[in-house]
Amino acid sequence: MIKLRDLTKVYGERKVVDSLTLDIKEKEIFALLGPNGAGKTTTIRMLTTLSRPTAGSIQINGYKIEKDTLAVKKSIGVVTQQSNMERELTAWENLELHGKLYKIPRPERKKRIDELLEYVGLVDRAKEKVANFSGGMVRRLMIARALMHKPQVLFLDEPTVGLDPQTRRKIWDLIKVMRLEGMTVLLTTHYIEEAESLCDRVGIIDHGKLIALGTVAQLKEKTGEFVLEYLEENQTERQFFATRSQALDYAQSIEASFNVRQSNLEDVFVQITGREVGG
Amino acid sequence: MNFYPIFWREMLTWKREFRKTFISSLIGPLLYLVTFGWGLGRRIPIEGINYLDFVVPGIIALSALNTSYNAISSDLNIRRTLYRTFEQYVIAPVSIHSVVTGEVLAGTIRGLFSCSLVIILGYLFGANLHLSLSFFLVLAFSCFTFASLGVLAAMANDTHRDLATFGTLFIMPMSFLAGTFFKVSTLPIAVKYLIYCLPLTPTSLSLRSLALGNQISFVPLLAVACWAILMFIGALAVTKMKYAD
Repeated sequence: MIKLRDLTKVYGERKVVDSLTLDIKEKEIFALLGPNGAGKTTTIRMLTTLSRPTAGSIQINGYKIEKDTLAVKKSIGVVTQQSNMERELTAWENLELHGKLYKIPRPERKKRIDELLEYVGLVDRAKEKVANFSGGMVRRLMIARALMHKPQVLFLDEPTVGLDPQTRRKIWDLIKVMRLEGMTVLLTTHYIEEAESLCDRVGIIDHGKLIALGTVAQLKEKTGEFVLEYLEENQTERQFFATRSQALDYAQSIEASFNVRQSNLEDVFVQITGREVGG
Repeated sequence: MNFYPIFWREMLTWKREFRKTFISSLIGPLLYLVTFGWGLGRRIPIEGINYLDFVVPGIIALSALNTSYNAISSDLNIRRTLYRTFEQYVIAPVSIHSVVTGEVLAGTIRGLFSCSLVIILGYLFGANLHLSLSFFLVLAFSCFTFASLGVLAAMANDTHRDLATFGTLFIMPMSFLAGTFFKVSTLPIAVKYLIYCLPLTPTSLSLRSLALGNQISFVPLLAVACWAILMFIGALAVTKMKYAD
């Protein structure tokens, strides 16, 4: 569905995305996970025609982005990290504008707008200006807009960043519905929990390079499914083990208090990159 | 070409802020009419012509420039650099030609509306204007030129401060120098030819000539048409360059 080959973006002397090669399958929900400045947004911008790659190729839904740009544009929906809704237009007018841009016939457009406003829970705010909306409402409206033309692939760039936990869960529910509808979704996030609970596969990106790829279970398996944590010289040390009993055996040799638990994606990330995901 | 959604969006926001823009589009021309029409110019005949009759076509030209340029440049620049709403056009399956055409046509309509108000004001102030189809054609081409200039400026300048500087360096001098308030032919030869090269000058000259009931000469008319084409091509080229980073 999405094929990236040696995708590279250079700004001045800085390589922001470095020879990224990746295949995302049809109906898959895939997360690009990485800290701020890892190259996630730049990758999404190239995939959504907002930025031109310096080198490499992109194929979406069988179309090459540089040759069949219009076909690619018709088959994708995009929710950018920063709100790009028309603040002076109402929610309904924003969706109407999008429908006109994608040449959706009038009766279908009207029906689709009503359906989507219902889907994202904004029916009662349809006639209100977007300028009056909260961050979460804007994000939900952006999702509705991205789905207006029934795209096969949806790109979500940090869909829940800056949102309160309740709104975040609402957006996760919307993504889960997309999974049921068989949509291919590529999302970027630096929230471990988001990648872990929503995605079929995860790619870890750092300094513009893809440094790990697989299902959450595969990534955990590579690192070790159990983690032993203990304090040494005022710093938390972590050791990874395939089984709990191996971790407990090793713990016998430690004098400090310790904790054995199942590893999570954050442990995987720290182990691979050597730093916290937010850093 | 699918320029209608872009045009529709512009018309919708115009409708929404109509009261504000209606009043502000009258303030400038009113001040010029009072200052140069009633105040300074009432007793200054230029080659036997009443100064009010001379200056009103200049104010109409000035209004074409200011309204068409400002209607597009500021809003588009903010939407591109600050609110990022321009991104939805880049992502959507619409061509750059459609986007530029939609924006320019919207600026042209707003310019023509504002100029119509100035014409009415001119009559109320007692000016004698000979209005004809040619007059409105020149006006439409000129509004098209300045709306294209608005798109060009909005796309070429990456911050709102840069856009303001562009306005101060290019738009403001042109407003006063391009034959709007005085006869360009009386200026020293080097300055005169420099001013003839400004896009507003053929508009002022053509509109004045037509409003005074004279036959329009071919050169300014050709210049008005050429500027419209050149400015639109310029707007297209800069937009294409800045469309995706």
